[in-house]
Amino acid sequence: MNQSQGFFKDIQISCLVVGWLLSNTASIILSFRVWGGQSMTDSAPSWFFYSAEMIHSLFLINHLGDIFLEKHWKSVISRSVCDYFFEAREKAVDPENVPPVLQTPHHYLISIYRGKLFFLSVIQTEVPPLFVIEFLHRVADTFQDYFGECSESVITDNLVIVYELLEEMLDNGFPLATESNVLKEMIRPPNILRSVVNTLTGGSNVGETLPQGQLSNIPWRRAGVKYANNEAYFDVTEEIDAIVDKSGTTVSAEIQGVIEACVKLSGMPDLTMSFMNPRLLDDVSFHPCVRFRRWESERVLSFIPPDGNFTLMTYHISSQNLVAIPVYVKQSINFFEAGSCGRLDITIGPKQTMGKTVEDLKVTIHMPKAVLNANLTATQGNYTYDCTTKMLVWDIGKLNPQKLPNLRGSLSMQTGVPNPEENPSLNIDLKIQQLAISGLKVSRLDMYGEKYKPFKGVKYVTKAGKFQVRT
Amino acid sequence: MSASSAFNDEKGGSSSVGEPEYGHDPASGGIFSSDYKRHDDLKEMLDSNKDSLKLEAMKRIVAMIARGKNASDLFPAVVKNVACKNIEVKKLVYVYLVRYAEEQQDLALLSISTFQRGLKDPNQLIRASALRVLSSIRVTIIVPIMMLAIKEAASDMSPYVRKTAAHAIPKLYSLDPEQKDQLIEVIEKLLADKTTLVAGSVVMAFEEVCPERIDLIHKNYRKLCNLLIDVEEWGQVVIINMLTRYARTQFLNPNINESLLEEGGSGDKTFYGSDEDEDEDEEEKEKKAEVAAMAKRKPYVMDPDHRLLLRNTKPLLQSRNAAVVMAVAQLYFHLAPKAEVGVIAKALVRLLRSHSEVQYVVLQNVATMSIKRRGMFEPYLKSFYIRSTDPTQIKVLKLEVLTNLANETNISTILREFQTYIKSMDKDFVAATIQAIGRCATNISEVRDTCLNGLVQLLSNRDELVVAESVVVIKKLLQMQPEKHSDIIKHMAKLTDNIQVPMARASILWLIGEYCEHVPKIAPDVLRKMAKSFTNEEDIVKLQIINLAAKLYLTNSKQTKLLTQYVLNLAKYDQNYDIRDRARFIRQLIVPTEKSGALSKYAKKLFLALKPAPVLESPFKDRDHFQLGSLSHLLNAKAGGYQELPDWPEAAPDPSVRNVEVPEWTKCSSREKRKEKKVEKPFYTDSEGESGPTESADSESDSATGSESSSGSEESGSGSESEESKEASESEEEEEEEEEEEKKKKKKDLKKPVQESESEQSSEEEERKHQRKSKPRKSESESESDEDEESESESSQSESEDSESEAEVKKKKKLAESKPPPKPVKKESKKEKKEMSLLDLDDFEPAPSPQVTPVNTFLSNSLVTDLEGLSLSDSVLSPATIAPSSTLKSYELLHRITGEGLSVEYCFSRQPFSPDANMVAVQMQFTNNASSDTKNLHIEDVKLQSGMRVKEFPEIELLPAGETATAVMGIDFCDSTQAANFQLCTHTRKFFVSIQPPVGELMRPVFLTENEFKKEQGQLMGMNEITEKLTLDVKCRNEHTIVQRVTTAANLSRVPCGSDKECRFAGRTVTSGSLVLVTVATKEEGAAQLTVNCEKMVIGTMLVKDILQALTQ
Repeated sequence: MNQSQGFFKDIQISCLVVGWLLSNTASIILSFRVWGGQSMTDSAPSWFFYSAEMIHSLFLINHLGDIFLEKHWKSVISRSVCDYFFEAREKAVDPENVPPVLQTPHHYLISIYRGKLFFLSVIQTEVPPLFVIEFLHRVADTFQDYFGECSESVITDNLVIVYELLEEMLDNGFPLATESNVLKEMIRPPNILRSVVNTLTGGSNVGETLPQGQLSNIPWRRAGVKYANNEAYFDVTEEIDAIVDKSGTTVSAEIQGVIEACVKLSGMPDLTMSFMNPRLLDDVSFHPCVRFRRWESERVLSFIPPDGNFTLMTYHISSQNLVAIPVYVKQSINFFEAGSCGRLDITIGPKQTMGKTVEDLKVTIHMPKAVLNANLTATQGNYTYDCTTKMLVWDIGKLNPQKLPNLRGSLSMQTGVPNPEENPSLNIDLKIQQLAISGLKVSRLDMYGEKYKPFKGVKYVTKAGKFQVRT
Repeated sequence: MSASSAFNDEKGGSSSVGEPEYGHDPASGGIFSSDYKRHDDLKEMLDSNKDSLKLEAMKRIVAMIARGKNASDLFPAVVKNVACKNIEVKKLVYVYLVRYAEEQQDLALLSISTFQRGLKDPNQLIRASALRVLSSIRVTIIVPIMMLAIKEAASDMSPYVRKTAAHAIPKLYSLDPEQKDQLIEVIEKLLADKTTLVAGSVVMAFEEVCPERIDLIHKNYRKLCNLLIDVEEWGQVVIINMLTRYARTQFLNPNINESLLEEGGSGDKTFYGSDEDEDEDEEEKEKKAEVAAMAKRKPYVMDPDHRLLLRNTKPLLQSRNAAVVMAVAQLYFHLAPKAEVGVIAKALVRLLRSHSEVQYVVLQNVATMSIKRRGMFEPYLKSFYIRSTDPTQIKVLKLEVLTNLANETNISTILREFQTYIKSMDKDFVAATIQAIGRCATNISEVRDTCLNGLVQLLSNRDELVVAESVVVIKKLLQMQPEKHSDIIKHMAKLTDNIQVPMARASILWLIGEYCEHVPKIAPDVLRKMAKSFTNEEDIVKLQIINLAAKLYLTNSKQTKLLTQYVLNLAKYDQNYDIRDRARFIRQLIVPTEKSGALSKYAKKLFLALKPAPVLESPFKDRDHFQLGSLSHLLNAKAGGYQELPDWPEAAPDPSVRNVEVPEWTKCSSREKRKEKKVEKPFYTDSEGESGPTESADSESDSATGSESSSGSEESGSGSESEESKEASESEEEEEEEEEEEKKKKKKDLKKPVQESESEQSSEEEERKHQRKSKPRKSESESESDEDEESESESSQSESEDSESEAEVKKKKKLAESKPPPKPVKKESKKEKKEMSLLDLDDFEPAPSPQVTPVNTFLSNSLVTDLEGLSLSDSVLSPATIAPSSTLKSYELLHRITGEGLSVEYCFSRQPFSPDANMVAVQMQFTNNASSDTKNLHIEDVKLQSGMRVKEFPEIELLPAGETATAVMGIDFCDSTQAANFQLCTHTRKFFVSIQPPVGELMRPVFLTENEFKKEQGQLMGMNEITEKLTLDVKCRNEHTIVQRVTTAANLSRVPCGSDKECRFAGRTVTSGSLVLVTVATKEEGAAQLTVNCEKMVIGTMLVKDILQALTQ
């Protein structure tokens, strides 16, 4: 009792030590509960059938079907509700084919599949399904952001932090704080150095300051950021999604672009990014920090950035535009009825590379079940064939335009099984440094609001996204 | 206490349900498993003095909770430790408390007074946090205290605390619904809040507590619209969904008029029609509409508040949050005028790149939308193409969308795509593809035969599932026209030996039974085989065998009487009672006995009644009565708590309810507003200038000459006004979109001719403004400086505009009239003339050089007319020579009577159109039958399907009475038989005309050798080949006439051929250059077979029809 009264004095004396206070309130509250005296006897269980929250409970399930974390934002829902999900999971064969939305007699289950984990939420009433799905992905993103990966082992290792995070992200089933900058102010991400210090000094992972960001008009940015070296880096990454048919003509091709930023600037910098050719961008989506109206009227990105890593903008260049395809593929895959074997011959060459080198070239083929083994020779790189998953992977590396890489040889087939009708399609991975295939270029980046001179950098890279060659 | 023992016990023995924790920590669990000792170590740790031990204990307890283990018996021990200085411990205790307070109400209640103290803390974050804890403890007894706390917090100074209060409302409501009335008061108060922080949370509370109290929104509607963009993303979703419902109750259906127009057809006057509800049944509406439209033709003007909502949500289509994008998309789908809904397609297509769960939901919604608004997604067809790496459920959904998007123009590409899918390894997906083909075939009659052929080929597929699915689909297709396809039925009859899939066997049997008169020989034989294997069949197959037997008995009792008896006897002793029942029933019906009464007379009628063909429908049809993006829509069933989307009201409720006493956004004076409007306009005109300056110039001169148009626009002044306000509001958008808009407008115009004069008028005005604008540059710079105000004033503007613009329009008109034709216009028209002559020369130059064709009369003709136009002289060069060659069929474009003396005929001259090789040359012959001269014959206002282009003929300046002139224009039909619509204008009149090409004119001849022909034909097999048997007309059994008739029907060239029994022709389509190969193989007695190979299946199918007709007549 004395102790808690002491705290009260402290509160009155120094209101400035805000973070400390928050935690103290809880203690005061609870101390009163313990020492406060009288006990209430009767209390009816508060079960009401009307339940209004959006997300009721969350279960994390690993690929074996074990529930390794559960969190309820209201009264507890028995984990037996997951049985409906397991049933659907079994029926679907592939984890990707589990319907994201399931209906059970009393609940609805909305799930996502990320990093071999299922995030399964239980809801009871009408809610836009995308709302829940988007939120679950945000949760997974946050884990990724905090722990570097989003896997069962990492989550069980950091179970307490995870639980605290979930507590902050959702209030009564409605999203509360989903900005990583705000969350990191409240709950610090683990880090080896600090965990050592913490064990020595008894320090903690819970932030000592209050999340002021939540109060401001720019909730995505922490207050009072300070860096010795002020730097801002932007990565423009474009992925080509394409379907190329047997004869080499492009069936459809689109570009998915994203500008990832890593901004480490002190204070409240106000950045403006302009492009050489903003007309390319007719379908864009922004981080909430970007001012829509400036974009609409002037085609520049004007924003006060969050601190650290974030996705500034994504854009889509649809198949109606002309999309350059960097490589061509000459292939022939044949299966012969007699002798139960097949032949494979693939050559890759550069097509529209804008004078840059194609790197990290890789071809992945999902062979039909009947293919037992592959006996091939590659002029460049090496190949592997996994007999169980039927995946043929040819890792080529850098594409040499003088000497085109070729992979050829025979495939041994299961005897007595009819030949597969469809030739497997080729999935291509590649990377081109210093090139945005759409031709997008950042022309300048200006900073207002702060005096120092930041170091700025923009990097371009083009990758193959869902690049498929039909055979 | 010993820490080591505590550590050992760690997670062990924590379960209360008696389920030991061996799974996680078998070693420790094995040692400390005795129940009564459970958690003793944790209690000890919590009682210790060391923070680190407490923290460790708390972490373990929270970990237990996270794993779903019960830790409730630790409640006293945990609570004892809250006084701990360590903040992390406290935080964890808080987590524990919220989880178990409900189960330990007695203890939880003790803290209430402390919470109340926390609520009065000077620090806003502490107040908020106290409220959050208080409201999260689900203890009924504290309801009054919570209520009080919420009320207090709702008027807190800090918006953050108010936000927390809003969050607490639904918590309290779910705890005690009887508090509803008081909570509504709080909600009402919070709704009036002006900060973005609160808006999302309070609307969420509104939706959960009192979604029916739509009246609470009125006063806050405009504020919510204006704040929307700055609200956090989750709040945006909730607000947008709520506003969609609100708008449905408060505004009129913006699409009333279009729906009227579509059915009315007349289009002229009913454009601004009555207030009928679009969603009503068509027929019912027609009746009503006709009466109502006449009775009260009230012009539709969009409520400015409705516009405000649409405008303010549009930028959110660019949100990174898929839920927000979807929310805006459904808002536009349910609320926007048809012409504007298109903007959401792009954003939705972008979401398809997201996580597969997002794709799943988005595709479901796209599937629903694509049924109602197909055109919206058509440009993005390719984005729905399927990759082999897509999960099956995504593939099936994409297939659904592709099927919905299929129409006559794109069906060939879609079918080609489907062809690749059929070979997929994913058999479920293949089955879905086959069904999709079936649906395309039923919906698009042109490709029905092609699809059927393709499906029949699949019957020889190795995979049984594929065959089975094809059988089922073929069965459905055949039901539509069985008499034509007896050979397919025969083919299928053969399959019974091999196919094992019960559903497929049953389908085949049904088919044979149903159409047994088409296969009289085979049917009894099939029955014989089936009778043999009867006992081994599946139940559905057995039922169909009985069915088949009965039908055969009725039609062919001589052959099948015994068989039928046998089958029925077998069925009589079947294990399944359904089958026994059926057998008994059928025996009574068909076998006439003494007892069987009247029924057996009708047996034939019962069994052989004509069955209606099944309608293959999308499972997504009519799903849009659920609000899109909702859970209910996804499940196609009403979910708990779903709020129905109300129908549009018949008449708009009073819009003044949304007026606020001191509205900030209407403060600025009207003059300022107008200034701003002026500023915004040039934006628009600038961008528009690109799209069509000549057009507006045209209209300018037009209105100067004809007084008709101006009076017309006055009549429909309200229309142009709304149009104008729309333009103004969207002026900030990118030009491309503007152009799109423009196109859409044009499309609209196409439908309603009268509209046209209006839009012309407005564009004309626009230009005038633009001219004026060039002088006062000041205002522009002004506006740039106070951009911030813009957003606020914008809303006001639209409001004011509507009240004012009418007057303004009139003023401007006066202004325009008083200021006789401004100079620049004159200049422009002059320039145009010059340009025209240049064009003529262009037209003229390339003509002589390239073509191998003999001197083409039409070119010289056009030259003649050109020269005529240039010289403006009256010396008319003899037009008599311009007779189209005899083989060319000419069509009437404009009849003498409707054309008031001017008659126009056109023919497809089959000459290459020199200015653009992708165009089809159309030769037009104008004859002036009237007594007066006709001047300035030209084309205006060309309305085309997307992708089509037109090269107009040069203006004919003078066509004297009784004379004839010829001109050539080029049209790129994009390989479709869609009509090109345009206006033919003289100096006095405009005539709406259209040119629709026969399919044979969409190609040009190419020369192929016999080998090339065979090679190309070999590559165009399968679905690209269409074969038809025919009997040649008596007159056309020799080769010469065949060749003549085919080449008349289609612009093809003959391919040399070794055999005299075959005639071959080849050509390429004009636009895409796809090969068209035609083979006519003659047999004895006039029998012949026609084969068309063409990559474009629609063209192929249509061509087959045309040639058939030509050869058989």
